Amino acid sequence: MTDYGVVLFHTTSAALRGEKILKAAGIVVKLIPVPRELSSSCGISLRFLWPDAERVQGMLLSAKTDFEGVHQLVGK
Amino acid sequence: MMYMDHAATSWPKPKQVGEAMVSFMETSGGNPGRSGHALSIRAGCVVYDTRELVAEFFGVGDPMRVIFAPNVTFALNLAMLGLLKSGDRVVTTSVEHNSVMRPLRALEADGLELEVMACGADGLLDLSVAEQAITPGTRLVVLNHASNVMGAITPVAEVVEMAHRAGALVLLDAAQTAGALPIDMGALGVDLLGFTGHKGLLGPTGTGGLILGEQFDPEQLQPLLRGGTGSNSEYEQQPEMLPDRFESGTGNSVGLAGLYAGLSYVMAQGVAEIRQHEAQMTRLLLDGLAAIPGVTVYGPEDAEKRTCVISLTAEHLPASEIGFRLDDEFGIMCRVGLHCAPSAHKTIGTFPDGTVRLAAGYSNTEQEIEWVVDAVGEIVTT
Repeated sequence: MTDYGVVLFHTTSAALRGEKILKAAGIVVKLIPVPRELSSSCGISLRFLWPDAERVQGMLLSAKTDFEGVHQLVGK
Repeated sequence: MMYMDHAATSWPKPKQVGEAMVSFMETSGGNPGRSGHALSIRAGCVVYDTRELVAEFFGVGDPMRVIFAPNVTFALNLAMLGLLKSGDRVVTTSVEHNSVMRPLRALEADGLELEVMACGADGLLDLSVAEQAITPGTRLVVLNHASNVMGAITPVAEVVEMAHRAGALVLLDAAQTAGALPIDMGALGVDLLGFTGHKGLLGPTGTGGLILGEQFDPEQLQPLLRGGTGSNSEYEQQPEMLPDRFESGTGNSVGLAGLYAGLSYVMAQGVAEIRQHEAQMTRLLLDGLAAIPGVTVYGPEDAEKRTCVISLTAEHLPASEIGFRLDDEFGIMCRVGLHCAPSAHKTIGTFPDGTVRLAAGYSNTEQEIEWVVDAVGEIVTT
């Protein structure tokens, strides 16, 4: 069972930007609808493998991509 | 058939533009940013990629500062109506298009203080006039980058410097220059820039937008429209985040797919290359027309100070007659009249009769320009 994390964004544009940046860095990500249990401001979120969490957060911060937060999805 | 009306809209578009739009309709047809399924995401990516390309093209680091709009008129209205209040002082030029003049005149009727700087008879703005007009306390300076009537190019960087010294913001109307002259928003220091997608950027109609400069604080700008954005949906208040704050309602994603293709074509050619080609067309046209007796050409004599928009009149022959005969007898398409810019025509002395406007573009050839000159010569001398 893999632990995933998701990044929530304020806008769809920011989510798509985040996807591009992380993909370009070779991080495995997938755009998914925001999981119901997490409230969010935009409809899509970015799923990644939880061990990458620190890198994901660091890359988004250094690219000044606006995101709402990073959450762990256990056992999904 | 010869198309000489690129100042109204460019034609033909590169083949890739239509192809991109058809492909979008067939393979990416979801509503961007509204759902989480594959087609919605694919559509969202097309819109986002276009946003990023536009930002790169205009030298803006943050793509979220590109606000898409149906056209440059909407973008300019958003900037002026969203920023200005009764009592604000605004300075503009006498060669503006009605997309600037009409909103400003309406705001003036509501208490805005408006000063219109008189440009010379060639349409050029004298910097000493600007220096006088842009006084401390001025809120906004609105400038076109180049006139849509006689092609005169505004010395933007110099005016921006004056404006910023006086504490004023600058809104640039780049309708005629995006894709025709190199534009780096950062280097120019422009605070707000309105652009259209369907002229020099070779995209379809229904595309354009407002770009917020890196130093511009978006909080001072109120949205023109409020509504669904696909974000912050639990709230009944408009979100603050860019670009959603200013982009309510489903946008023209199929048009933006076309704009991506058009802009990619422009960037592959290089604006410097396009400018060189258009300047050469302009010189040929200016030289050829100057040799026809009875024809008056307006705008700067120096081809470096103008885009390839040329206005002319002839003695004893109304502009409408010349335009009709160019089309009817020679298949040359141009635009006659006042070009939605009455103030510009007053500036160059062609109001209310108007002019014949010949606007060459990237797709015209030297041979076509010779035909145009010959055709004008035949019409006015026979």
